[in-house]
Amino acid sequence: MPSLFTYANPKRFMDLSSALLPWLTVATVLFLFAGLVLGFLSPPDYQQGDTVKLMFLHVPAAWTAMMAYGLLAVASFFSLVWRHPLADVAAKTAAPLGAVFTVLGLVTGSLWGRPMWGAWWVWDARLTSFLLLLFLYLGYIALWNAIEDETRAARAAAILGLVGAINLPIIEFSVNWQTLHQGESIFREGGPTIASVFLWPLGFSGLGYTLLFFTLWFVRIRTEILERRARALLLAGAA
Amino acid sequence: MRMTPFLSLLARDIRLATRAGGSVALALAFFAAMATLVPLGVGNDLKLLARAAAGVLWVAAVLAALLSLNRLFQADFEDGSLDLIALSPLSLESVAAAKILGHWLTTGLPLTLLSPLLGLMFGLPPEAIAVLTVSLLIGTPAVSALGAIGAGLTLTIRRGGLILPLLVLPLLAPAVIFGAGAVRGVLDGLSNGALLFLAAFALAATVLSPFAAAAAVRLNLAG
Repeated sequence: MPSLFTYANPKRFMDLSSALLPWLTVATVLFLFAGLVLGFLSPPDYQQGDTVKLMFLHVPAAWTAMMAYGLLAVASFFSLVWRHPLADVAAKTAAPLGAVFTVLGLVTGSLWGRPMWGAWWVWDARLTSFLLLLFLYLGYIALWNAIEDETRAARAAAILGLVGAINLPIIEFSVNWQTLHQGESIFREGGPTIASVFLWPLGFSGLGYTLLFFTLWFVRIRTEILERRARALLLAGAA
Repeated sequence: MRMTPFLSLLARDIRLATRAGGSVALALAFFAAMATLVPLGVGNDLKLLARAAAGVLWVAAVLAALLSLNRLFQADFEDGSLDLIALSPLSLESVAAAKILGHWLTTGLPLTLLSPLLGLMFGLPPEAIAVLTVSLLIGTPAVSALGAIGAGLTLTIRRGGLILPLLVLPLLAPAVIFGAGAVRGVLDGLSNGALLFLAAFALAATVLSPFAAAAAVRLNLAG
């Protein structure tokens, strides 16, 4: 019976991902394109004008950055509990992607903040906790790079990933506690409070970003696996 | 009798911190020097300084505690005593707990005791000074505890002292927010419950961190 571990075998993962990647790539392009076009055609907001269109770039970037940390934490857990090499690779490769999406979220947030709040940067709860998320990512990447021994680096990074995952909601809560912020407007009881002309492009764009993350993630995992194989072959050849 | 090895390890760490190298005095001096630089940079407007005092002193306390954290396990690792300690009947989790307690007694506690004086120099009213001191007293254990995780993770990294702050500082954001927030609440005449949140955060951090720190030390000893 196939379980999660069936596909956790690096060989099977390579086969499966090479079959999936073309489809993922096409789907990513389609959804991102649809999100951008629909977003561009959407009417200006009665308060925010055309700047509301930044939402279709900004909000999905933020979602994806958080999802990436969640996936990193799950992979860290698998790596710690089952010592699975593919989980190490998955966690390691998710981090730089997550960091990039975090930066994207911060930059687009800042660009949106300039016309809306009149400042490039305000210590708003979302922005601040995203800055802290970026530091968590950077620390995680730095720890991976600093430890030479690969298995040791993987386990240390997994511990850090889990500690960060436990702390992230607390950090979020504390930052929210300190600052006034815009309330949740999409995933809330009684349905979303934004108009459906904005919701559709946001949905497409969100799916597009998510697919983009998975596409890049799979490519990076494949590259890392191939790199490790190449290194192993080199070592075997040298011996 | 598990308390005896625990206490002897604790006593040894405290002796080391108070004598060789004197990290207690160094942490206090760093704390005071950092707090002194702020009015020099910001200007001597006491009203402004009083608003900033809690944040400045909390950040200074966190940094002063971080100074000695990278040596928490490393010194013992380098001279081989950590291997012996790991072989003792004491579990690594208890070792980590003893190290955290020892670190707090030799940095967090002295910093807390010095803070009323610095609060006074920043123009804080007496009731705000009291809350600042209490917030440091209940909050600094979290600094030692979460710092111990970083110390364990960076144990075998040659320049671990440079990475440690990057790993630990984001995790300490809640302590700074609630600690300084409690003092600002007093200044604004609000009771905002920050001290309770701080206590909850510190309690959870202190209870859970020894396990993560021990896991980190264990993986570095295994290699």
